[in-house]
Amino acid sequence: MSDPPSDDGSDAIHDDGQDVMTPAELIAKLEEAWLNEKFSPELLENRSEVVECVMEQLTHMEANLQRVKKGDAKASMHRMEIDRIRFVLSSYLRSRLQKIERFFPHILEREKSRGEGDPSLLSPEEFAFAKEYHANTETYLKAVALKRMPPNLQTVDMLKAVPEPCLDSFVFLRVKERQENILIEPETDDQREYVVDMEEGSQHLMRYRTIAPLVSSGAVQLI
Amino acid sequence: MFCEKAIELIRELQRMSDGQLPAFNEDGLRQILQEMESLYEQNQSDVNEAKSDGRAELIPSIKLRHCCLLRNQRCVAAYLYDRLLRIRALRWEYGSVLPANVRFHMCAEELQWFSQYKKSLASFMRSLGADGLDITQDMKPPKSLYIEVRCLKDHGEFEIDDGTVILLKKNSQHFLPRWKCEQLIRQGVLEHVMS
Repeated sequence: MSDPPSDDGSDAIHDDGQDVMTPAELIAKLEEAWLNEKFSPELLENRSEVVECVMEQLTHMEANLQRVKKGDAKASMHRMEIDRIRFVLSSYLRSRLQKIERFFPHILEREKSRGEGDPSLLSPEEFAFAKEYHANTETYLKAVALKRMPPNLQTVDMLKAVPEPCLDSFVFLRVKERQENILIEPETDDQREYVVDMEEGSQHLMRYRTIAPLVSSGAVQLI
Repeated sequence: MFCEKAIELIRELQRMSDGQLPAFNEDGLRQILQEMESLYEQNQSDVNEAKSDGRAELIPSIKLRHCCLLRNQRCVAAYLYDRLLRIRALRWEYGSVLPANVRFHMCAEELQWFSQYKKSLASFMRSLGADGLDITQDMKPPKSLYIEVRCLKDHGEFEIDDGTVILLKKNSQHFLPRWKCEQLIRQGVLEHVMS
């Protein structure tokens, strides 16, 4: 979304999405986003349009359920389905929030240096949360210890103090679109860099850094 | 030796292995801050002397003291930050009201941080969708719709979604919708009976 988030703007996108996407496709999208977010070491771009649609879908399903007769076997099947979807949705939002809390200085720094028109990693709500978390933690450290320290030591550089996400960790992935000439960088000094082709449907274990752009473009799925 | 107190503080946290929160070590923190103050004062006077009298031989000891100061600062920040992470985990485990014995181990500023964290999290969850979504629920993937629970204490009447009211009495067993019980299980009112 490159537009500034205005009310009617986001509504239009939202409606379009609903017209072209069936509920099944929507849930598949959610699951894709969920798995990617769960397994990637860094925070991925927010998918708030999917989250919003799923939320709406859930409300809709709940409302439908209210109309069903008591004791209907179909009702409990639907109930179960709602529970499952809600679990995936909560788990997705939870893992994002956890990453925001763990890496907040780096995420906020990236948000600051983001060029105009570039999509934001964070949804507006997540951004508000990250800012509050940052301010809260800084105020706390200052109040308890830093303000009682010698004058030249009263600040802590959060960017240096809080660890960065480890992009070199290995991830499992499945290829959704055939990729050619993926450059694998050497791990040790006696190795040399080489290229691989990845067939559609094949599964690999490689460093996240190598395939990070493919994850965000949706060409591979983390598993 | 310098910095010993700071290491002691970190060790204290490490000893409480499984994310437990030890009592806030106000005394240890004060001693470290005192050590830092005296190190800083000595450095100040040495720096002045080195500058005015040109005594270059003082510089190594100034450097040493400065390193100790930095190390102390880093240890204190690590101690405080790690405690925050433990307190944060408590919010997800116990809900927004902490048990009294945990609160007893926290200092006033930590309580303040906690209530602010609670607020941020609540407003984040409220902003999801039209009427909010509690993401501290549904921590485990749902296996079945209904679960067998046993009541551990008297909780009074409890209404489930279809309007039926049941009485949660100590030691009674019920077969209830899972999504209604999760919170009560974590609060220790109900216990999930595994069969």
